[in-house]
Amino acid sequence: MKKWLTLITLFIAMCLQGVEVGAQQQQRFPKPEFESGYTQPVTTVPAARADFLAYLDILILIGALALISWLILKKRSRRGVTWVSVFSLLYFGFFRQGCVCSVGSLQNITLALFRPEYSIPLSALAFFVIPVVFTLFFGRTFCAGVCPFGALQDLILLRPLLLKKWLQKLLGLIPFLYLGLAILYAATATDFIICRYDPFIGIFRFDATFTMFIIGGIFLFVSLFVARPYCRFLCPYGVLLSWVSRVSKYHLTISPASCTQCRLCENACPVGAIQKPMTEKNMESRPTAVKRFMLLSFVLPAMVVLGGWTGANFHERLSAVNPKVQLAHELLAGKDNNSGEASDEVTAFRSSGKPVEELYSEAAGLVREFYWGGWILGGFIGLVFGLTLTGLSVFRYREEYSPHKGECVSCARCLAYCPVSVKDIKNR
Amino acid sequence: MDHSGKKTNRREFINKCYRYSVAVGVTGLVGGLTNKIVAKDTVWQLDPTKCTQCGKCATNCVMTPSAIKCIHVYDMCGYCDLCGGYFRPNSKELTTGAENQLCPTGAIKRKYVEDPFFQYEIDEELCIGCGICVKGCGAFGNGSLQLQVNHDLCKNCNQCTVATACPSNAFTRVPADEPYLFTGYKKQ
Repeated sequence: MKKWLTLITLFIAMCLQGVEVGAQQQQRFPKPEFESGYTQPVTTVPAARADFLAYLDILILIGALALISWLILKKRSRRGVTWVSVFSLLYFGFFRQGCVCSVGSLQNITLALFRPEYSIPLSALAFFVIPVVFTLFFGRTFCAGVCPFGALQDLILLRPLLLKKWLQKLLGLIPFLYLGLAILYAATATDFIICRYDPFIGIFRFDATFTMFIIGGIFLFVSLFVARPYCRFLCPYGVLLSWVSRVSKYHLTISPASCTQCRLCENACPVGAIQKPMTEKNMESRPTAVKRFMLLSFVLPAMVVLGGWTGANFHERLSAVNPKVQLAHELLAGKDNNSGEASDEVTAFRSSGKPVEELYSEAAGLVREFYWGGWILGGFIGLVFGLTLTGLSVFRYREEYSPHKGECVSCARCLAYCPVSVKDIKNR
Repeated sequence: MDHSGKKTNRREFINKCYRYSVAVGVTGLVGGLTNKIVAKDTVWQLDPTKCTQCGKCATNCVMTPSAIKCIHVYDMCGYCDLCGGYFRPNSKELTTGAENQLCPTGAIKRKYVEDPFFQYEIDEELCIGCGICVKGCGAFGNGSLQLQVNHDLCKNCNQCTVATACPSNAFTRVPADEPYLFTGYKKQ
């Protein structure tokens, strides 16, 4: 027994010497030469997912987008959209289990644009660009049923409640904030917040952290009664697609020919994207219009500056999430009191042998980036608020019931409500 | 009638301008990123030389149990009787008794080979990736036990949650055809 105790103490002494050298040292105990004909087992190294499968995903994405665009715009079939949704939910959702998805790929793009050390995989770029291109031509057909998140929420929609317009507008501002924050945090290589707080990925994997399940559960429950809560009130990629969709070349139309203004489709849209006709052209009196224009042209820049200033004031709070900045703060705080247990980060940093000054300068650089990022983020939010406000006073002359090209997710539910059919018109 | 026709044309023209600028923007984006695109997909892996065995791999992975597991690199193993990765530092006897084992889940199987050598095998089903054995082996032995992301379990999240939690920034994206970062591993 004593022999072992001495051996153990010897090992501890050796360990104390050896710790600094790390794992790259020479072998302390050379591999024995076995006499009994022992063969060493093979080290298990499960292979990663094969490369060609990533290309297959891209092809399937293009195929699904082409199919659903054809179904919506040419065939005008809600049933077809449902089936594509089911397929996407099964393939991109439960089989592929999420990553990389178009919503998250937005952060990869940002990271690649702002950080020279990161190179972007082709699949991430393709998942970002392809839906944008399709939206530019056909509207948000990606949202309709190719995006597994949208498909999931759309398929479980039981009884859509129509939200009040003001509530819809107000909640609709959240995605802009989320988009801005996601870009800020991706550009500073802090975190991918869209992925971290994704509500559905845990459901696709049947495995997630507690908070993920709670968020996912809430979203699923809400989406039984409110159509697509994630798409409308959180999705940052939806913001981009909504911008692109506003100027799309083609788009879903409620009526296949010309609207007879029968009003049957008025309440058909679960996301409240159907615009009523504005046939009355009441010209506003010139003085009030000028007054309003003057007011808006003052309010809009003021909101941008105010937003930017607020954002810049928050830059330290924003940057506190960054692990490097956190570590620098911890080290600075540790210098003062020098007591208590050092955190894992501090221990790891000390053992890495990197000079503290280097870390401090890096952290200071990041905080500066957050300062300017805060200005841009805040300015952007101010602009969005201002434009939303401006939008309230814009009345556009419109003769037909038509979907709002930005808000419409092309789910094709309204099509069945329209009594006009192409055949009737041809027969007439 | 003439007037409204003109109006729609103007709107259509503005839309067209926007449409073309979006197209130009997307093309510019792709063009700007051309020399940063890698055709091959990347996967997450941790560098064992940077790892400090803090234990966060076991708790921060989105999968339960963690996709990060201890992998035994037999090429580096010294087949020690007194294994720093297997036994608790103060174990009285060098037997397979549970009270002597370091691993919280008993995932390491000790097998007699020949005097005085023993083989240690990891039961991947039981391993939770806590890295306690890795710490022990690195401190007392050769460091043949190493934490690695197992790619049959890893979902390859866009952003690895363990990577963000890792105190020593040991996680990197590596090419999918060379997905492991062992030290001292001889390829067969």
